[in-house]
Amino acid sequence: MVAPFELTDDNVVVIIGTGAGGGVLANELAQKGVSVVALEAGGRYLPDDYVNDEWASFGQLAWTDTRTTSGDWRVAKDFSNLPAWIVKAVGGTTTHWAGASLRFQPHEWKARSSYGEVEGANLLDWPIDADEMAPFYTRAEDKLGVTRTNGIPGLPGNNNFKVFEAGAKKIGYKEVHTGRMAINSQERAGRMACQQTGFCFQGCKWGAKWSAAYTDIPAGEATGYLEVREKAHVARILHDASGKVTGVEYFDEAGELQMQRARVVCVAGNSFESPRLLLNSHSSMFPDGLANSSGMVGRNYMRHLTGSVYGIFEKPVHMYRGTTMAGIVQDEARHDPSRGFVGGYELETLSLGLPFMAAFLDPGAWGREFTTALDSYENMAGMWIVGEDMPQESNRVTLSDAEDRFGLKVANVNYSDHPNDKAMRDHAYRQGAAIYDAVGATRTLPTPPYPSTHNLGTNRMSERPEDGVVNRNGRAHDVPNLYVSDGSQFTTGAAENPTLTIVALAIRQAEHIASEMNQGTL
Amino acid sequence: MIETRSLKTLTRRQLLSRGVAAGAGLVVGSGFVAGHDGAWATEMDAMKPESFATLVRMARDIYPHDRIGDQYYAAAMKGYDVPEEVDFAQDGIEVLEETSRAAGFDSYLNVGWEADRVAILRGIQETEFFQRVRGGLVTGLYNQKEVWPIFGYQGESYSKGGYMHRGFDDITWI
Repeated sequence: MVAPFELTDDNVVVIIGTGAGGGVLANELAQKGVSVVALEAGGRYLPDDYVNDEWASFGQLAWTDTRTTSGDWRVAKDFSNLPAWIVKAVGGTTTHWAGASLRFQPHEWKARSSYGEVEGANLLDWPIDADEMAPFYTRAEDKLGVTRTNGIPGLPGNNNFKVFEAGAKKIGYKEVHTGRMAINSQERAGRMACQQTGFCFQGCKWGAKWSAAYTDIPAGEATGYLEVREKAHVARILHDASGKVTGVEYFDEAGELQMQRARVVCVAGNSFESPRLLLNSHSSMFPDGLANSSGMVGRNYMRHLTGSVYGIFEKPVHMYRGTTMAGIVQDEARHDPSRGFVGGYELETLSLGLPFMAAFLDPGAWGREFTTALDSYENMAGMWIVGEDMPQESNRVTLSDAEDRFGLKVANVNYSDHPNDKAMRDHAYRQGAAIYDAVGATRTLPTPPYPSTHNLGTNRMSERPEDGVVNRNGRAHDVPNLYVSDGSQFTTGAAENPTLTIVALAIRQAEHIASEMNQGTL
Repeated sequence: MIETRSLKTLTRRQLLSRGVAAGAGLVVGSGFVAGHDGAWATEMDAMKPESFATLVRMARDIYPHDRIGDQYYAAAMKGYDVPEEVDFAQDGIEVLEETSRAAGFDSYLNVGWEADRVAILRGIQETEFFQRVRGGLVTGLYNQKEVWPIFGYQGESYSKGGYMHRGFDDITWI
């Protein structure tokens, strides 16, 4: 029941990207009877297609089209053309995400007011707050089937969690559990329970983890109001003389340029592709790029400060067995400047298979310091640091001189740590090591940030048009029928994994768009 | 995945009789490189056997794992034994040999102690040759499924129903 819409149909909402933002928005609009054409750059892969082999899966799912990098972050040196580990497929990075589903803390919606002025940072309060978002979080948690919400029990702890939990409690942490995870701990919504298979990052072959690819997308298609066009690479967004957007040019699977007319355009291509598309859509009316009169498109790129800590023990852990990220310490997520930084961080269990451990443990390193760590792979436990990084105007996506196979300028991603980010990461490294030391680690390894999975903030939401790109509904300040629907609309990053908030914002945005269309104001 | 090819037509004794020991654990013969006991061997398609043995030694010195046999390092290096890559590899090895001679040894394979070989490698670690060999090993060595059990990594479990009933929470020492 796939709805075929004509390229000339100018009554459709065109959504660019089908991940946590675009995929959910597409379904939510379709459920309301709004006609949607979703353009997805990648192909469609479902649980039977997923490969439980790290490099093979990476080849299948990852966005590997060239990007360039600059700035003093280590990713620019070690992975100069791979600043992000995100997915190019129907469902976007919801195939790859680990499932951690946390609400922002109330103060994080108001980072500028909560933290005060931080030199070199471009902090700003979101134009929305925790109370306004609460009902949408509730709906998002129900949609995703988040454990420890809606009466859903937590996941059982695996070996990696047991080491993490014992160490954390020993050093006095209280908020330690197997997380709020969008992974079924019991059968729900026609999807089975987690079988502790590992490989959460490679697409869940059981379908136990929520992914838009096999939930919202087919649900939307079943209504007859959603058409997903796969392998459609969007080149630019068009507008008329009044400054309203009128359609989208894209290259289809055969490489032919097509133009889909549109009543509304929603951009949801993740925080590199979304600003890249707006910048590449420059025109005589919008010489600096679409929706960019503020000059803020591409700026304030955030990636969470991240980093990992691995501990090696005398006896085996087998950290890779079971759910990858079902384990969290939340005690450090609070805002407590006495630690030497503003904002907070979460510690979450993490494991990589041997091939990715070799690639990410200390990129570029060689010799016995490196190999003796890998020799103890079986006895390793691992955790990931997710903390709020400071928005900085100079951390930004711009158009590179390099071009992709369609002749479109690719994104350059410039990022350098703020001193607050470094102070927080150092604190987290120490606390992470203390957790493992408390239960007898013989060696702990601080591990640098991987290519980013949490890409945020390059089309930030702001109350005043001069401070950002979109308003409280994700609507472009400059263009009345253009929306941003992904994590790029984040004003600040908070300490939490962003997917739940992206989904909640998409549900909320669907209400707004449908309402505006019904009122004839869109 | 790169495979080593065994010289099936030769008996182990014949193989060893046709080669000479080169450094620790490798036998270099006419057109082939083999393990010290002939348990594995690989025929050369484009590269001089001495050069390939040097590459294998270098690979082990970059990522030394004492419980991993040379055949896995050889498999990871086999991609250089093709016409398109051999000149790049031979040129790089020549630089390695020059650096070894400057350090007072007659060849890299004859540098007896790992610490001395590592010092020589430090001298060339910024070269494109070293970086390509090192970078290639990250996947070429660690993505060989045959080495995973040596590290205690079991890989995929989906085909067996996951780790739900296969030890996801079997830790007892914590």
